[in-house]
Amino acid sequence: MSETVDMKAKLGLNVFKPAAVPHIKIKQGMERDPRLTSALRLCPAGLYSVNESGEVVLATIDGCLECGTCRLACGTEVLEWDYPEGGTGVQYRFG
Amino acid sequence: MDKFNVIIVGAGLAGLGAAYTLAGSGLEVLILERGDYPGAKNVTGGRLYVNPVRDLFPGLFEKAPLERFITREGVTLMAKERSTSFNYSGNELRTEPHQSYSVLRAKFDRWLAEQVEEKGAMVLSKIRVDDIIEDHGKIAGVVAGGDELRADVVIACDGVLSLLSEKAGLRSPASTRNFALGIKEVITLNSGVINDRFALNGDEGAAHLFVGEVTRGKFGGGFLYTNRESLSLGVVVGIEDAMDAKLPVEIPALLEAFKSRPEIAPLIKGGSSVEYSAHVIPEGGFKAMGNLYGNGILAAGDAAGLALNIGFTVRGMEYALASGYFAAQTVLKAREAGNFSAVALSIYKRLLEESFVLQDAKNFQETPAVLSNPRVFTHYPEMIGNLMKDIYAVPAGPKSSLYPTLRKHVGLSELWNIFKDLREVMKI
Repeated sequence: MSETVDMKAKLGLNVFKPAAVPHIKIKQGMERDPRLTSALRLCPAGLYSVNESGEVVLATIDGCLECGTCRLACGTEVLEWDYPEGGTGVQYRFG
Repeated sequence: MDKFNVIIVGAGLAGLGAAYTLAGSGLEVLILERGDYPGAKNVTGGRLYVNPVRDLFPGLFEKAPLERFITREGVTLMAKERSTSFNYSGNELRTEPHQSYSVLRAKFDRWLAEQVEEKGAMVLSKIRVDDIIEDHGKIAGVVAGGDELRADVVIACDGVLSLLSEKAGLRSPASTRNFALGIKEVITLNSGVINDRFALNGDEGAAHLFVGEVTRGKFGGGFLYTNRESLSLGVVVGIEDAMDAKLPVEIPALLEAFKSRPEIAPLIKGGSSVEYSAHVIPEGGFKAMGNLYGNGILAAGDAAGLALNIGFTVRGMEYALASGYFAAQTVLKAREAGNFSAVALSIYKRLLEESFVLQDAKNFQETPAVLSNPRVFTHYPEMIGNLMKDIYAVPAGPKSSLYPTLRKHVGLSELWNIFKDLREVMKI
């Protein structure tokens, strides 16, 4: 994530209810798929990153804004994508 | 096993608009919402234009928790080091009934859901719909939380990605070209401070769009709306334009850079950010729409791709409300006929075609192509900014004459390009 954005503080503004299971997963074996690189720069919550072995990882889904950009940009061949369980995830108070 | 007359998936403006219209008709209407409360997952820029939907929901907007009525409109062409702004205000914008209001969705949708419940529809929150039930080629209900919920007809109001429409085969998985990503902060400020900074009286509001450097020259722009006691400040960028290496920065950095622009920083100074949100917006218009109906199913609002960006006005919420209304009218007619097949539900498309919803969509179907002209986001903000710089400059020596200054920036080849771009604009 860019140094100019304190993403933790920004996401900390939101009301967020963690779910038991992550609603987005990188499909097994797809971690090096070039389609994932879009998510690194597009995810507005900065949740995607590259690990030491060069794989794209989604270390946590906590903070996800549920916008769907990664589903559009990377596609469902590389991502298992659903909305979080009812009553979990981000709960906008202003919207 | 429960059987309803109508199941509406999603308590946004389309779903609530449909439920509001259906409630009180004697039908059993169930709305399923995955958020903690209606509005918990919903985001707007944003502003609601009331005129097109006022008559569809009589008396509703007079008592609604809207923010400010917009009396000041503005557009800024933002270059790297300067900007040129255009502002508009008129007495008609200050006169009731007011044309448009800034809106915060968590508040508005929650209130609208209460009105819907008072009229007799059932709103169940914290429930995600996982699948559709299909019987002999007809949508017969939904699966939610492991339960099968059956209905004569399902209205998919599940938002811009509409996984439900995808599952029902109404549309194919979305293409990045037809969508933009919006990110936004709500920044609280005292209402008096807002009035002073934006030259507003009482509940008057301002709306301002920014084009150019705010998206590093990519499709999209910045927006600023005044709410009663907060500002909605954000950036929208086309997803395809932002993919790969085309956009030099990460998306969240665009908003930070926008906030620190000298045009913006003094406006938000002293305010506190209280929420950071993101939402995808349909941008493909009429040409990108999928099917609006099928056997036992209708799609409304963002789920149907109903949104319209024509540069100066960016709209979606009134299309959601209206398509919800017309979906409800369709259901009432289909019920009279006792038939919820695709043929019977095809009245929906006719009703939308006869209304502003699809008439606007058709009239402006060339706008996505015209607005995808990169010169709008890169060249013009810089060119006009540079022209303004020279016009306002007073050097130590003699000032150049006005006409040569103009010709320096707008030469023959530039004129020819402007002419070509204007010819495209004539399509809309």
